[in-house]
Amino acid sequence: MSDQNKKIPAIHLEEISRIYQMAAGEVAALDKINLMVEQGEYMAVMGPSGSGKTTLLNLLGCLDQPTAGRYYLGGEDVSALPDDQLSEIRNRKIGFIFQSYNLIPQLTVLENIEVPLFYRNSHDPEGFKRAIRLAEMVGLGSRLDHRPSQLSGGQQQRVAIARSLVNDPLIILADEPTGNLDSITGQEILSVLREMHRQGKTLVVITHDDSVAQHSSRTIHIVDGHIKE
Amino acid sequence: MILPIFFQRNLTVGLKSLWHRRLRSLLTVLGIVFGVASVIAMLAIGEGASYEAQQRIKQMGSLNIIVRSVKPPAKASTSSQNMGAMDKYGLLKSDFSRLQTIPSLSQSAQLRRTRETVWQGEWNFPAQVVSTNPGYFQLVSLSLASGRLFNENDDIYRSNVAVLGAGLAQKLFPLGGGLNGTIRIKRNYYRVIGILSDRSISGGGATVATENVNYEIYIPLSTGLSQFGEFIFKNEGGSTQREWVELHEIVLKASRESDIPATVSLISAEMKRSHKAADYEIMVPLELLKQAEQTKRIFNIVLGSIAAISLLVGGIGIMNIMLASVMERIREIGLRRALGARKRDIVIQFLSEAVILSAIGGAIGVILGIFVPALVTRATGMKTIVTVWSPVLAFAISAAIGVIFGFYPARSAAELDPITALRNE
Repeated sequence: MSDQNKKIPAIHLEEISRIYQMAAGEVAALDKINLMVEQGEYMAVMGPSGSGKTTLLNLLGCLDQPTAGRYYLGGEDVSALPDDQLSEIRNRKIGFIFQSYNLIPQLTVLENIEVPLFYRNSHDPEGFKRAIRLAEMVGLGSRLDHRPSQLSGGQQQRVAIARSLVNDPLIILADEPTGNLDSITGQEILSVLREMHRQGKTLVVITHDDSVAQHSSRTIHIVDGHIKE
Repeated sequence: MILPIFFQRNLTVGLKSLWHRRLRSLLTVLGIVFGVASVIAMLAIGEGASYEAQQRIKQMGSLNIIVRSVKPPAKASTSSQNMGAMDKYGLLKSDFSRLQTIPSLSQSAQLRRTRETVWQGEWNFPAQVVSTNPGYFQLVSLSLASGRLFNENDDIYRSNVAVLGAGLAQKLFPLGGGLNGTIRIKRNYYRVIGILSDRSISGGGATVATENVNYEIYIPLSTGLSQFGEFIFKNEGGSTQREWVELHEIVLKASRESDIPATVSLISAEMKRSHKAADYEIMVPLELLKQAEQTKRIFNIVLGSIAAISLLVGGIGIMNIMLASVMERIREIGLRRALGARKRDIVIQFLSEAVILSAIGGAIGVILGIFVPALVTRATGMKTIVTVWSPVLAFAISAAIGVIFGFYPARSAAELDPITALRNE
């Protein structure tokens, strides 16, 4: 069974288009792109701003839906699911890491890590232990009760990484994960990501920073809504 | 299993974010607090007032029709100039015998009232002496604490027996032992054969009206007539005045409540025929009771409207704060959506917060609303009654306000596009 799973690509895009209706007419942010990401890959997505990077990330993250084409996430067609099911897919299969961390200020470190567990359909008694283990993994085991405002940027991003892992997702999407950090802290975060990759996680990182792309196993460029490897 | 955990989580999340901005939450909640408290307090005061009125009226007997002698106003003015002249007015024994023949009546009694000083050894006390038929006690449902009431035989033989009101017995026999004791009115001695049970209504305002009942002394009508005669001497402004009133009061009891209106008009027609002057009045406790109930209804409507307005204002306050909270937490909402929250989860999250707010307000309001009437009673002696349903109702309304006014902000939070929400600065 696990052998079979290995063969199924984590991400499989077929002729995906995302067209925005603007006052000036139709704008294709993504134009019939095809993409295959195997499980365990660490892929960097680069491209100038306005190239369609963010649109791609939103589609991959099931936050947005394509105007045309098919998106198979772990073999499951998610290109035209109703809103509630998309929420569930995001919850179970996708881990998000944002440029600006997006922690909830009134919650502690541990509670922030636990947020995705909150929206799971089934009660998960192991979730709490997993959250603590992840906090320890990212080096915040001694700060479980701290609020985000008491943490440095790098520490906040570590919390966000732990949060992205708590539901054991199929893919982890990171949007400029080092964008708000100084270069030293950025390197620390990148090494955490590399460690995740080593443990077999599938990562898609959007960045315009070449040093970030150097860590990845594969880099794609998006230019004007088209993919160039 | 899942449901309680789900609610527990939403409760914790809600409480946390409310605690995060506690001052604002507290200020928001004040509207509901005062709304709920004022509803309960006003209802309690209204309930207390109407309870007093109803008790007073019920004491008169709800099936009774009372005809009273009234000094006609024209005579009242001339009598002061006509010193020594005899004023004759009011109900006559012949009125009583004629009114008694009305078929829809089941019982009746006639009364004379005189004010005398009652003596017991060296103790004395001014009291209202009521000379009446034995049936009177039953008519106004006066009950005995000890001893017996006087009966037909006492009336026929003009026995010198007396029944004392509870308050009067206490005054005349402060050490107890009033039963079978002897009291004196003018030159006549009476044996105390019975003491009535206390008729006072708890609460300050009511005691004025019931004091009379508690400080009355009852003797057989025939005894009273023979001892005090038919004249009443009054000392008014230094001059002695004589009044001739045969009967002060006739109490008639209708057999059924539905007979009362017809009976009253019969009595009124009968009285009009024999009395040219307006020297009597007809009182119908049931009508007074109905009026009191009507007044109470109007009072409740007015209170209800005031309460509704204050709760509405409270609700708008909650809606306002929830909208502000949604605006401030757009990114949190976007994040929660990205991490797997369905629209429904967001609605429930914000709705829970609104309901927690209004329920906390409601709970504080209930406590305050129970406390305030007690304070009012303490300070003014007014009777207040907090009925069981008023805090329950007020609390339920406050929670409902949370749902109603929380729904729009919650809904607008859930409808946010997660992408735009995440990008919000």
